[in-house]
Amino acid sequence: MADILGAEVDEEGFLVDLKDWTKEIAVEMAKGDDIDLSEEHWDVINFLRDYFEEYQIAPAVRVLTKAIGKQFGKEKGNSKYLYSLFPYGPGKQGCRFAGLPKPTGCI
Amino acid sequence: MLHTVNKSSFERNSLQSCLNTIDDSSVILLIEDGVISAAKNSKSFMLAELATQGRVYALQGDVEARGISSKLADNIKLVDYAGFVDLVIENGTAVSWV
Amino acid sequence: MAIKKFMYLNRRAPYGTVYALESLEVVLIAAAFDQDVSLAFMDDGVYQLVEGQKTDGIGMKNFSKTFHALGDYDINQFFVSAESLEERGLSVDDLMPLVWEDEDDDWAEKPSIKVVPNAELTKIMSEQDVCLSF
Repeated sequence: MADILGAEVDEEGFLVDLKDWTKEIAVEMAKGDDIDLSEEHWDVINFLRDYFEEYQIAPAVRVLTKAIGKQFGKEKGNSKYLYSLFPYGPGKQGCRFAGLPKPTGCI
Repeated sequence: MLHTVNKSSFERNSLQSCLNTIDDSSVILLIEDGVISAAKNSKSFMLAELATQGRVYALQGDVEARGISSKLADNIKLVDYAGFVDLVIENGTAVSWV
Repeated sequence: MAIKKFMYLNRRAPYGTVYALESLEVVLIAAAFDQDVSLAFMDDGVYQLVEGQKTDGIGMKNFSKTFHALGDYDINQFFVSAESLEERGLSVDDLMPLVWEDEDDDWAEKPSIKVVPNAELTKIMSEQDVCLSF
């Protein structure tokens, strides 16, 4: 089994146990994708973690986009902005950095 | 004897079959969806007499998971997993009504 | 793709079997396809909506929290059988206060749960294109 900083990940790089998550792990995962995590990345990652804590699921991209716009301003509430932060998809890549499982319905 | 029932009495007749079969020294432990049969004001409540005699237990974790802690009928005794083990030790033969 | 009316019929209590969780997963997947989705709860299925579920003691995911997210997925029709509630000594006050925001009414919060007699459920079911049972 592969691991990142000692935390076990599955074949797609998602944490097996979300309790293992640390900020350092997120930084390390991002580095693997050639991304330097900015404050804007962290806003989304923290949002995803809070959302999961409250609803026990990762949000669908449509729901995420709307909620980000509501919380951080209209100019950020679109998929173009979110994809500029997470080129492999805000759902899939964002959730992976946030230590969450792959979103339901995400291919 | 210890009888464990893990199905809701709305869903299956496990509890009814158990009640048809038990003797005077037996106790019943409701687990998993079986704890639904311990809810008060329910039309199918069948445990009043046994509960009064202190012979009905329900597993606390399963009761809490289904949000019915405040809706239990009178005299149902809650046990945790350690209490489950004690019941097995104290009551000899255990039968599961699945 | 033509929009169809999908109803998910939930008849099992949560946690004891995997039906309730599986239904919710399918509902979330279906939500991505912009269909007209409604949920029905009858028999022990009404326990899925009971307020105050706490699963720490059984080590399972408390997926009752997920129902609160469904309004944002445009799933806001929860039909609950009045007879099933009554048989179990439950009332609408024992259920989670699920709401959705109505975009056409200045984002007013509206209740998602509607308690209906079985006769009305029958009628709602007959109006569906697809009815999936869990």
